[in-house]
Amino acid sequence: MSAGTAKLNVTVAEVKPINDLVTRFKFVRTGGGSLPTFSGGAHTVVEMQDGDITRLNAYSLMSNPADRGAYTISVRRDDQGRGGSKFMHTQVKEGMEMVISNPVNLFSLDLRAKKHLMLAGGIGITPFMAQMHQLSMMGGHFELHYSVRTASLGTYAKELTEHYPGRVHVYHDDQKEAIDLKTLLANQPLGTHVYVCGPKGMINWVHGTAEEMGWPREAVHSEEFLAPASGKPFEVKCAVSNKIVQVGEHQSLLEALEAAGIDAPYLCRGGACGQCETNVIGYDGKFLHYDHWLTDEQKAGGKHIMPCVSRFEGKTLVLDR
Amino acid sequence: MTIQFNDETFYGDFTFKNSDWAIKRFPFPFHEDSYMYSVNMEPHKSYRPGSVFERTFDVDEHYVSEMKDRARVLANDPLRCQSLPHMTLAGWDLVELIMEAKAAEYPDLFELHKDGNRWRWINKPLGIDDTFTFLDESTLPYGPMEYITRQTQGDFAVLDQRDDNLWMDAGMVTTQADWSLDFDIGMNFFEWHAPVPKAHEMGIFVRALKFLLNIQQGQPARRLNWTMTVNPLLDTSPENYHKWGVMKQGLTMENIGEKQHLRVELQTFFRLPRSNALVFPIRCYLISFNDLVTVPKWARRLHRVIRDLPEELATYKGFIDNRPLMVEWLSQFDDGSPTSDGIWPDDD
Repeated sequence: MSAGTAKLNVTVAEVKPINDLVTRFKFVRTGGGSLPTFSGGAHTVVEMQDGDITRLNAYSLMSNPADRGAYTISVRRDDQGRGGSKFMHTQVKEGMEMVISNPVNLFSLDLRAKKHLMLAGGIGITPFMAQMHQLSMMGGHFELHYSVRTASLGTYAKELTEHYPGRVHVYHDDQKEAIDLKTLLANQPLGTHVYVCGPKGMINWVHGTAEEMGWPREAVHSEEFLAPASGKPFEVKCAVSNKIVQVGEHQSLLEALEAAGIDAPYLCRGGACGQCETNVIGYDGKFLHYDHWLTDEQKAGGKHIMPCVSRFEGKTLVLDR
Repeated sequence: MTIQFNDETFYGDFTFKNSDWAIKRFPFPFHEDSYMYSVNMEPHKSYRPGSVFERTFDVDEHYVSEMKDRARVLANDPLRCQSLPHMTLAGWDLVELIMEAKAAEYPDLFELHKDGNRWRWINKPLGIDDTFTFLDESTLPYGPMEYITRQTQGDFAVLDQRDDNLWMDAGMVTTQADWSLDFDIGMNFFEWHAPVPKAHEMGIFVRALKFLLNIQQGQPARRLNWTMTVNPLLDTSPENYHKWGVMKQGLTMENIGEKQHLRVELQTFFRLPRSNALVFPIRCYLISFNDLVTVPKWARRLHRVIRDLPEELATYKGFIDNRPLMVEWLSQFDDGSPTSDGIWPDDD
């Protein structure tokens, strides 16, 4: 199988700033026609041609999954990031043609749930917007608890509160409001599933608290895409393709492999899905594992690396690619 | 070309037959002179016009009679079709997938007209013309999965995806090679594959599951699997083993060519968009040994594969007792000359 997913050619139909940090983008199919349906929680990988560099970033689809006329995503500008979100904010204009992937869902609803309890932090709200569309169409039972920094940075908080009265609860950090997680979890009906999307700290807090309170692991779902970390440049030998690849300071190992013309598999590009897992043939140095995929044992074992987010420091690294 | 549909039976008097066209396009499963398990997946893309790989859902001369056979089996045993409550949305996904594909790929046989969520579906071979509301179960005579799979050849396992595993939570299973939906319903991928010998030790299932979990929308995959069936029985279920198991006895050098059939499954895998479930259609093709040996390459190769197959596999596939007779009969058609690579007949 070749890398990634089937591609869609789209045109940017709307670029709408939502607040100081977040801009919304609407894509329609180039030349008309409908886009594939998707399930709430799915993301798309947006390809950005930024000069010589091709950037590929995953963004959750937030529009109604039943609406095949357009997809929408929201992008939070990350000034410390490697440039993908800055490119979206500064370079992408209405009418521009872009390439995105078919929808991929790594954060799907468990449709057996009697109730869906959603916990969002900041821009982590976006997958829930599609899920709420889907659940309200199916008559599903859901409740959203949404933590934002300030009212003005509370992306879509007002719309959601109006649209789903009684089912959306917003918490403002600057007003010292916080989700009372223990009480919330203690008062859920049997058969409730919990979903969390937000910063790493929030995800760990929800998993940890739920585990302490005896929630089954299978009833707690999370999604966190990591942005690849920058780091010291390093060199990789690729045994199968017989190439030596230099990985730059602000480049991920996966991006460096792709730039060298090596067909490396991927899906999420954020350390979550496992698709890019690569065997290590030999090394002399230290791995910097940043993914959520490998077990601690595997990370210590030195036989596997997830090139989408993880890095290496040392003399030699030989990969089975 | 409009297909001429056979009027035939898969039980009782067994009038099933393959035309020359059906023999020529038979999905012979052996690409070399030996066989061992592998995760032999490839993208389910249109390939080789006229072959069973050309269309998303292949329709052939057996279509109408196979659907009659399915209705007969369901009337006797309604538990061949089951869908756990959370799988209804996946059933609608399947309705959409099959209707859109068949209407686009067989416009002379099937039509789909949409007015928003109001859909009109015309199935000419089966004489069906229904109008219904998409996603509204009350507007169909059956649940969505049952409705569309009563009109589509092959068994269907609809698998929910959660907890990094696949779960057999819905299906329509009337043409199976000795497995039971009623037994497997609710099981996960490792549980329902537990009876398969050797493959677990080979790590086949861990790799296969990883591949399947990553199947994406718009990128279906396929593989072939095979076994042996005496008489052209579509329904070789454990529930009816007392009826068909005995048929494996009484093969002779005189009747084996007519009675013994190679049974091939074209297995495909599609990600379903709304439910994020995976649908696994398992389409069964049967060919008698007499018809199969009309292709010299297939005759030579089948002889070698059956002769050399590991004993566990011949036992698991249920023909260990008849293997010596099969090998003896097939050996008449194997002069020892080499066979070309790949599954297709040699050009004349």
